[in-house]
Amino acid sequence: MDEKTPGRRPSPLWYLLLVAPFIAMFWVSSYNRVEPAWGGVPFFYWYQLLWIPIGAGLTLIVYFVTQRSDRG
Amino acid sequence: MPIDWVALIVFVLLFAFITVLGFTAVRWRRGNLDLLHEWGLAGSRFGTIVTWFLLGGDLYTAYTFIAVPALMFGAGALGFFAVPYTVMVYPVVFVVFPRLWSVARSHGYITAADFVRGRHGNRWLALAVAITGMVATMPYIALQLVGIQVVIAALGIESLGLGNDLPLIIAFIILAAFTYTSGLRAPAAIAIVKDILIWITVIVAIVVIPIELGGYGKIFAAVPPAKLLLASPEGNTLGNYSAYATLAFGSALALFLYPHSVTGVLSASNRLAISRNAAFLPAYSLLLALIALLGYMAIAAGVDKVAEYAPLFKEHGANFAVPALILAMFPSWFAGVAFAAIAIGALVPAAIMSIAASNLWTRNIYREFIRPDCTPVQESQMAKIVSLIIKFGALVFVLGLPLQYAIQLQLLGGVWIIQTLPAVIGGLYTRWFHDRALVLGWFAGIAAGTAMAASQSFRPIYPLHIAGWTIPCYAAFASLILNLVVVIGLTPVFNAIRAGRGEDETQAEHYV
Repeated sequence: MDEKTPGRRPSPLWYLLLVAPFIAMFWVSSYNRVEPAWGGVPFFYWYQLLWIPIGAGLTLIVYFVTQRSDRG
Repeated sequence: MPIDWVALIVFVLLFAFITVLGFTAVRWRRGNLDLLHEWGLAGSRFGTIVTWFLLGGDLYTAYTFIAVPALMFGAGALGFFAVPYTVMVYPVVFVVFPRLWSVARSHGYITAADFVRGRHGNRWLALAVAITGMVATMPYIALQLVGIQVVIAALGIESLGLGNDLPLIIAFIILAAFTYTSGLRAPAAIAIVKDILIWITVIVAIVVIPIELGGYGKIFAAVPPAKLLLASPEGNTLGNYSAYATLAFGSALALFLYPHSVTGVLSASNRLAISRNAAFLPAYSLLLALIALLGYMAIAAGVDKVAEYAPLFKEHGANFAVPALILAMFPSWFAGVAFAAIAIGALVPAAIMSIAASNLWTRNIYREFIRPDCTPVQESQMAKIVSLIIKFGALVFVLGLPLQYAIQLQLLGGVWIIQTLPAVIGGLYTRWFHDRALVLGWFAGIAAGTAMAASQSFRPIYPLHIAGWTIPCYAAFASLILNLVVVIGLTPVFNAIRAGRGEDETQAEHYV
């Protein structure tokens, strides 16, 4: 199970990536604005929408990094 | 509303198709349905893809599809909290819920209360978690009916003279029958059809409607400026900012504590299916965000000013915004598809919720307190019957009481279910919390959260006053903090007086 050398285990710090969506979404004053609008869509809307794929991407990164070492 | 025959025929055909599918699902990944684990969890046989459809169908309910755009339509930017909510929920799922899956697999747990019983060794704490889950779920089932009701009204069925209730009753009898015979396999199979219909409807809607309305710029321009953004806080208050963020965060923490979410998680056949879905389920979040924007499209299309729709707006309020938009923008046959998607979207979560609630009743109340010596066959028979009773109760609730009660109870349900977080999610990581402190924290959270919501006439935001500042907060979030303070404060006290602690039947390696 744990045959890999300890040095090759990924750092649990990778999980900190998952904190980013929380900081971004809690910081409401950073996105409660109309400009820069994008194709007529106010910033408030497209910015929060953009965080859906960013959040999923960060989750995938942590998944792949932690998966490689977790189990064979 | 005059009846729309083309839409109605498409609707009925799709509904008939999923009815057949629900009954034939009994043969899918066949198992012995006389076992609760097979009926109520489909034997945990679902891989990554079926789990994706099942959880998508389970979490993104018909009520969501109606209520979120309705909130955008009525309140504007605040309704968009559904987006940060879903952004925050999946990292939590990714980190926490594979652990629940693993420990449940090791010990044969089928509910969160099963886990609490095993981990904290306190049957009363498990009872508190089970009752909270059941009580929080029931109004949620009732609200699914609202989705069906609005659609039935939009199809103009009442002009047939059958009354408003008969079609709803028929839909619910179908739901009850296939849930009884097929268990969790039925909603899982139907979820695949439902999700495909929803995806088609939404993708067509977000392309076709903006073209007809002259582009997204015009749609946002039609929204009153006061609704377009959150009002900026002024003076000693965090205003809408803290309200918006805690509403999203609290909802995200609560979502996976609901019994129907736990049922979806535990029906997966492997741990990786959960982790992968934490990355793939956000596809549905995108869908939800786009659905939310339908509320603004309804403003831009001016559907509330169409005389033909006025009586239905009067009856259903902003909940009629999306059906009205569909009627105004699409040909009849496609309106039939869209309405079927919403109605079927109500049946999937309603089925899973009733299964989850009856699992709780059967495992954590009936077998724990009433008939500890019941056989597996009696256990699963009990669950099937209870699932019927729960659905029937929801139907009576919707037909007999004002809609407002169901909405208020569903709001309270969110406040209540989040109080199980320390015992369930906390328990997945630590045994430090004393089980008696967890009971008292749960009680304090329920009492305070209920009082907060009641003091605001059952609106979700409670203005906390701290050191001269006003911090409007989601009542679930504020009461959860009180709950945690009580648990953390009393644990050393119970340890100091050497109050007896329950046994832990789990071991560290069961969680990974």
